[in-house]
Amino acid sequence: MLNDIFIAPFTEFEFMRRALAGALALALGAGPIGVFLMLRRMSLVGDAMAHAILPGAAVGFLLSGLSLFAMTAGGLIAGFVVALLTGLVARTTELKEDAALATFYLLSLAVGVTIISLKGTNIDLLHVLFGNVLALDDQTLLLIAANATITLIVLALIYRPLVIECVDPGFMRTVSSAGGPAHLAFLVLVVVNLVSGFHALGTLLAVGIMMLPAAIGRFWARDTTLMILIATASGVVAGYAGLLLSFHSGVASGPAIILIAGALYLGSLLFGRVGGLVRQAFPGRHLEA
Amino acid sequence: MTAALQFRNLTLGYDRHPAVHHLDGAVESGALVAVVGPNGAGKSTLFKGIVGVLKPLAGRIERGDLNPQNIAYLPQAAEIDRTFPINVYDMVAMGLWRRTGSFGGIDRAARASIERAIAAVGLTGFEDRAISTLSGGQMQRMLFARLLLQDARVIVLDEPFNAVDAKTSADLFDLVRRWHGERRTVLTAMHDLDFVRANFPETLLLAREPVAWGRTASVLTPENLLTARRMCEAFDQHAELCADEQAPSLPPSGEVAPAGHPVHEHSVPTRD
Repeated sequence: MLNDIFIAPFTEFEFMRRALAGALALALGAGPIGVFLMLRRMSLVGDAMAHAILPGAAVGFLLSGLSLFAMTAGGLIAGFVVALLTGLVARTTELKEDAALATFYLLSLAVGVTIISLKGTNIDLLHVLFGNVLALDDQTLLLIAANATITLIVLALIYRPLVIECVDPGFMRTVSSAGGPAHLAFLVLVVVNLVSGFHALGTLLAVGIMMLPAAIGRFWARDTTLMILIATASGVVAGYAGLLLSFHSGVASGPAIILIAGALYLGSLLFGRVGGLVRQAFPGRHLEA
Repeated sequence: MTAALQFRNLTLGYDRHPAVHHLDGAVESGALVAVVGPNGAGKSTLFKGIVGVLKPLAGRIERGDLNPQNIAYLPQAAEIDRTFPINVYDMVAMGLWRRTGSFGGIDRAARASIERAIAAVGLTGFEDRAISTLSGGQMQRMLFARLLLQDARVIVLDEPFNAVDAKTSADLFDLVRRWHGERRTVLTAMHDLDFVRANFPETLLLAREPVAWGRTASVLTPENLLTARRMCEAFDQHAELCADEQAPSLPPSGEVAPAGHPVHEHSVPTRD
């Protein structure tokens, strides 16, 4: 019985095994990236960038159909172009970074949807907007796994300067020039993970597997390391449970994963040890010192 | 006596408007200098220039064999994200950056020195506390512990005792005295003139342009302070190009007067 519910779907169906591998790899990279996005107050930047990569992927799709390489390269290029234009406009005009990013990502999203609706079918559009974790081919699986590996290695290399740059950028500037490159490397990792998420969850939900686990971590941990561990673990749980939910109930897999993460988030919001609502409402008697 | 820092016709500012105008002089190695002046006088700007965060508009700062990154700096309003989940111990440990860099481990000797620094500022027992739970005074103590670990030959403190109670500022000034005893060069921006008179041998009075620099008693005269107060604070949006490209040449670390304000007879210092 339990076996039927929790294990059999993966032992019996290869596409479920692939989906599980993809979801787990995605969670490994996205967890720590999401935590740093949140700590840098860039949660919505991730969301905007996820939309920004759409037209690039769409152009790749126009040129060569649902080809992994073309869509990935297009997405990467579009992401970097939007990031660059945003920086340029924010620096040279009165528009601030957030407004500049908002204008470009909305334009980018509109261009992307237009391109796909011109050439492809509604099925293609759905695929791009929501991804399809149940249809990961070998190449895509390898790409997601490679991205997760690169993410963890690079994060390990830049971890110390990145943390110092987050908590005290002024100090970082005076002791070393490693802060800028660390921040840049981090932004590249954000885009790389968004491209992974794009293939599995689509452009609209790619950020979900980053930000929801990060927010969950914030409700349970007071230090960065534990926060990253909790975020990654909840991403893994959401991936596994979401696939099961999708398998048994027939709902789309991407939204199912994000919904499970959302349920974990709501639980943390209510009962979290660090600043959860219940804890705030009933703090208990005050201590002696 | 060698100079730790040498300013040569230094002009620092923002968007071409000078905030420190034509500063000349030298800070001797091992000196303890108070930098005094009204708000907007350019004290913080000067310090940003010294640590290399702000590039000079004109002139230059000579640091001898020192790299700007080897100058420890406590900014007035540290850009610290107090909500960041990090504890006091890790925050203080950042002071070891010069030895550890991005990858260096923290060995037993380093851990001992971190604990010593935390004890020296009276924060023993706070190691595991998140920085978001610290009071203003405790925060300042923690930043001093980090400065201790930086082990720098030149230390620049921007109004370190603002919004800090008497006990804390006395404790922290003991550390400044200790640095002075160790022949480190310390520059400190200060507002409390009585405290400066009692504790600092040397003072630079700044009001966008240097008003006076030398022995504290001869710098903090009523006349000099009045001059400093009168000098305008605000940027002039429509300022002309500065004609005074070549500042009057003055002996290093000598008494200087702003253009058009002759030095008063009785304020000429005798440097010690």
